[in-house]
Amino acid sequence: MISVNELAARLALKPFNLDDGDREVTGGYAGDLLSWVMGRATSGDAWVTIMSNINVIAVAQLTDVACVILAEGVEPGDDLVSAAKTRGVNLFSSEEAAFDLCGKIYALIAPNGGAEAAEAAEEAAAYADSDR
Amino acid sequence: MAQSETLNFHFDVDGNDFTSAGEASVKVKKLMRQLGFSPELTRRVSIAMYEGEINMVIHANGGTADVYVDEDRLRVVLADEGPGIADVETAMQEGYSTAPDNIRALGFGAGMGLPNMKNYSDEMKIDSVVGKGTTIELIFKVS
Repeated sequence: MISVNELAARLALKPFNLDDGDREVTGGYAGDLLSWVMGRATSGDAWVTIMSNINVIAVAQLTDVACVILAEGVEPGDDLVSAAKTRGVNLFSSEEAAFDLCGKIYALIAPNGGAEAAEAAEEAAAYADSDR
Repeated sequence: MAQSETLNFHFDVDGNDFTSAGEASVKVKKLMRQLGFSPELTRRVSIAMYEGEINMVIHANGGTADVYVDEDRLRVVLADEGPGIADVETAMQEGYSTAPDNIRALGFGAGMGLPNMKNYSDEMKIDSVVGKGTTIELIFKVS
């Protein structure tokens, strides 16, 4: 299992607040609609979003995600950073697109060392090669 | 325990301050942790309550939130004096929202608030009168 610190290092994330770097990342969630996130994200997820208003911190805290990663070069404003510090939410940003970021996170935390993902990729390749 | 006392926590939800919405829910989350409730139940209660808070800020210029803690259940009552909900059945549908664009730009108004409240609670009652206000009661069983 991978920690927030390790995830941040492997993805070269830019830290804005790091409260609990030893926290385990057990899954991931991508989304910008906050109620959607609250309905689906689970505790321990790395949450990838481009939403950077202050309510993001409350949502992160209530869903108990392991960290928030602002994708696509979105940088947090001072109010967001200060809310993250006050409330102890791990907050990062990345230049990478959300899709690419999620692919990398998945590869890092996937069950069976990504065997399932590799199998799916093989199946997709076989389908592309077939006559259909 | 021969007699158990119901704990009541009261919160005023400020209708003018969108950024502070969620303070009550975060407080409830901390209180529930301190009282020894499971992380899962704590999560369900605090998220459902946050959705209620947000709704009251978006639609009703604020309101009140009360949390009643009994031995076997938690009850959250969200009350406002807003415009009321004309068609509760439609409002309960996932994706249906009357939130204005500026609220949607903040990532709310996805039409998932009431459905989330229903999904995360064990029982949900909506009492709404157009022009008078809305009271929502959420019940969570403590297993």
